[in-house]
Amino acid sequence: MTMSEHTLTPNHPILGRLSWESIPLHEPILIGTFAMVALGGLAFLAVMFKFRLWGPLWKNWITSIDHKKIGIMYMILGIIMLLRGFADALMMRAQQAMAFGDNAGFLPPHHYDQVFTAHGTIMIFFVAMPLVTGLMNYVVPLQIGARDVSFPFLNNFSFWMTTFGAMLTMASLFIGEFAKTGWLAFPPLSGIMASPDVGVDYYIWSLQIAGVGTTLSGVNLIATIVKMRAPGMDLMKMPVFTWTALCTNALIVATFPILTVTLAMLSLDRMVGTNFFTNDLGGNPMLYVNLIWIWGHPEVYILILPVFGVFSEIVSTFSAKRLFGYTSMVYATVVITILSYLVWLHHFFTMGSGASVNSFFGITTMIISIPTGAKIFNWLFTMYKGRITFDVPMLWTVGFMLTFVIGGMTGVMLAVPPADFVLHNSLFLIAHFHNVIIGGVVFGLFAGMNYWFPKAFGFRLDEFWGKVCFWCWLVGFWVAFTPLYVMGFMGVTRRMNHFDDPSLQIWFVIAAIGALIIAGGIGAFLMQIYVSWRDREKLRDVTGDPWGGRTLEWATSSPPPDYNFAFTPVVHDSDSWADMKANNYKRPTKGFVDIHMPKNTAAGFIISALSFVMGFALVWQMWALAIIGFVAMMAAIITHTFNYKRDFYIKADEVVRTEEAHTRLLESHV
Amino acid sequence: MSDITANAALSDDPSARYYVADHHPENGTLLGFWLYLMSDCLLFAGLFAAYAVLGRNYAGGPSGAELFELGTIAINTAFLLLSSITYGFAMIAAQRKNLKFAIIWLIITGLFGLAFLFLEIEEFLHLIHIGAGPQRSAFLTSFFALVGTHGLHVTFGTIWLITLVFQLKKHGLTVENNRRMMCLSMFWHFLDVIWIGVFTFVYLMGVLP
Repeated sequence: MTMSEHTLTPNHPILGRLSWESIPLHEPILIGTFAMVALGGLAFLAVMFKFRLWGPLWKNWITSIDHKKIGIMYMILGIIMLLRGFADALMMRAQQAMAFGDNAGFLPPHHYDQVFTAHGTIMIFFVAMPLVTGLMNYVVPLQIGARDVSFPFLNNFSFWMTTFGAMLTMASLFIGEFAKTGWLAFPPLSGIMASPDVGVDYYIWSLQIAGVGTTLSGVNLIATIVKMRAPGMDLMKMPVFTWTALCTNALIVATFPILTVTLAMLSLDRMVGTNFFTNDLGGNPMLYVNLIWIWGHPEVYILILPVFGVFSEIVSTFSAKRLFGYTSMVYATVVITILSYLVWLHHFFTMGSGASVNSFFGITTMIISIPTGAKIFNWLFTMYKGRITFDVPMLWTVGFMLTFVIGGMTGVMLAVPPADFVLHNSLFLIAHFHNVIIGGVVFGLFAGMNYWFPKAFGFRLDEFWGKVCFWCWLVGFWVAFTPLYVMGFMGVTRRMNHFDDPSLQIWFVIAAIGALIIAGGIGAFLMQIYVSWRDREKLRDVTGDPWGGRTLEWATSSPPPDYNFAFTPVVHDSDSWADMKANNYKRPTKGFVDIHMPKNTAAGFIISALSFVMGFALVWQMWALAIIGFVAMMAAIITHTFNYKRDFYIKADEVVRTEEAHTRLLESHV
Repeated sequence: MSDITANAALSDDPSARYYVADHHPENGTLLGFWLYLMSDCLLFAGLFAAYAVLGRNYAGGPSGAELFELGTIAINTAFLLLSSITYGFAMIAAQRKNLKFAIIWLIITGLFGLAFLFLEIEEFLHLIHIGAGPQRSAFLTSFFALVGTHGLHVTFGTIWLITLVFQLKKHGLTVENNRRMMCLSMFWHFLDVIWIGVFTFVYLMGVLP
């Protein structure tokens, strides 16, 4: 079966399926969006040219292999994509609040279906993943006293693969369309018969390109944590955030290949006409559902585990005491890591696996709440009799504990198969997973950003706008999602773009108001960044340790020098910086030596950009361009392997200058 | 740890126990490559799982018992296993710092790889020619995907091997090149292990009724 059977006109020899009709000129919303993006882009270009920033951008950022800069770039990517994903959310809430009875709303079904698919895909892959990876990239090497990650070039390459994957998703806004299948694209709906357009192909190739980056960054961070810890830091002296990062990256390496192979099978079905997931010739769509959830369930733990680590760091710092139950925290993390692989079937209890199989997966799912509950108690006991200061990161932490516990409990309800038969695919499910992803992952990311921002930029984030942001998110979340819990119990299903029953409308209106309050929270966050930048001298962190931190990242200056630590620290305690401070540690001021560092390279950017060309060509079936893109990519990779000069030395006198500047700064603010 | 104690002992400064003057963390390349191989292994696990589920869904088309010629497969298996042995010889030569023999053994390994690929492509073309292509049934879909992915890996391994021969000629048996040889060695043996799974699970069990 070939594509030409499904389209009326044969494909163009060079442009493939792409033609003028692929540009959505008849969709006013998209044209408006395009105008906004184009204006923003022009403004960006103007600024870049006016201040001659292209050179510095290329030299200091795009080609940088410094884990700190890559971490910051991941965060920027995540925040930009959050704006896109949240715009989708607002559109859905607005549509559902108005589309009752005779009112069809403003989004026709084919557009609405793309919006909810893009919302899910973007929020998971291009918001939560980059933000989590960004935090790990920035913080982990500092926490373990390392100068960079194990494979600095690979780190840059991973980042650009993720970014170009995101760009391919964004390209679908204005050239063609995105998938209309829901964020996991189940066949046969995502098969070529039901979805002959380019949407699913955009979905597949965006995720394939980004997935390569994610897998390799997982490999990188595991190797970094295993091999590059400071002397004395044995496994049970690692900061909890590093532990959770280790487990998360183990999960990434253990699951993302499954996503890759599953999407590869789906694209073979679509492009070559094979029969993995078709309804005829022996194919089996349930194979896809199983495989995708074998990746998909661990994925949610990939997102939440590092965030548990963030909260652990914050709770002990802002309670000014050691984390309660360090050992149990580590074991709870490891147990969750293992169990997360044994629960995937709870996503489709209703699909006829039988009572025994459903019971097994129901029980394993409920068991996960035990180590998670242990963590909650550990945080509470850390706060007990602590000297708690309610800075912004701590507010997010307390808000998380309240919100997440409720989300966890509705999860246990869904884990009971008979209850799931009633609640499956209802708005109750939507409320549940937003409850844990917003109340868990998003709150944790905001907590982490507020906590580590001064480390990364040398000044704290503004407190007032931070609090506005927090309260808007907390209140907005509950206003937006409590109605969904209620309607879920009433049996209202997800992904509808029109309802007939007018009695439901009030609930959707409340939910839309909640979404607007959250929008206020996002606005407050942007405002917070602007105000903090404006008042940066007032908010300056000269000590490198603005919160009274307990782990090694606070032992160096803010922002840290390129080499992180002039001398590699030696660790004697799990709260190593607290231990150093308790023993009147004096920073060494002489005896500096040359420091061996990796050199910047453009290879990662070039290879990723070529993968984007190849992905775009495959989406549109421009075979010639796809082959050129692939061959060019291989050539770039091979050329890169012929580069044997990948390192340089930061000379001792430069280290002396940097360190003396830090000393002067410290002394001027005693 | 010895350098830490030395550092602390040499100094009267109590802070000296909290840092080392010069520290070189271990190289993580081999561990990283192992991790990559394990991720690749899971990719194959997905394909094996698909074959386990779909491998007997003939949809009225031919079965493995009708299609597989174990004789050819045995020769193919021999090629691949021999290539692993010759790669081992290349590693021994490299350890003895004998660049010339290391390269010769690598080239022999590559030739075995190419012979394997030649037979595999011939098998694929034959199957497609007689109407047993990947579109015919879910069995053939999962068969072509699993065996083909292994073949693709051998292809990339061969490209890597050729690249490495050039790099060895240019730079000799340096630390970097020895590490690269070690990585390719692991990759090559890994493909052998996967093939043993394919041979047993697909071909030997496939010809059973």
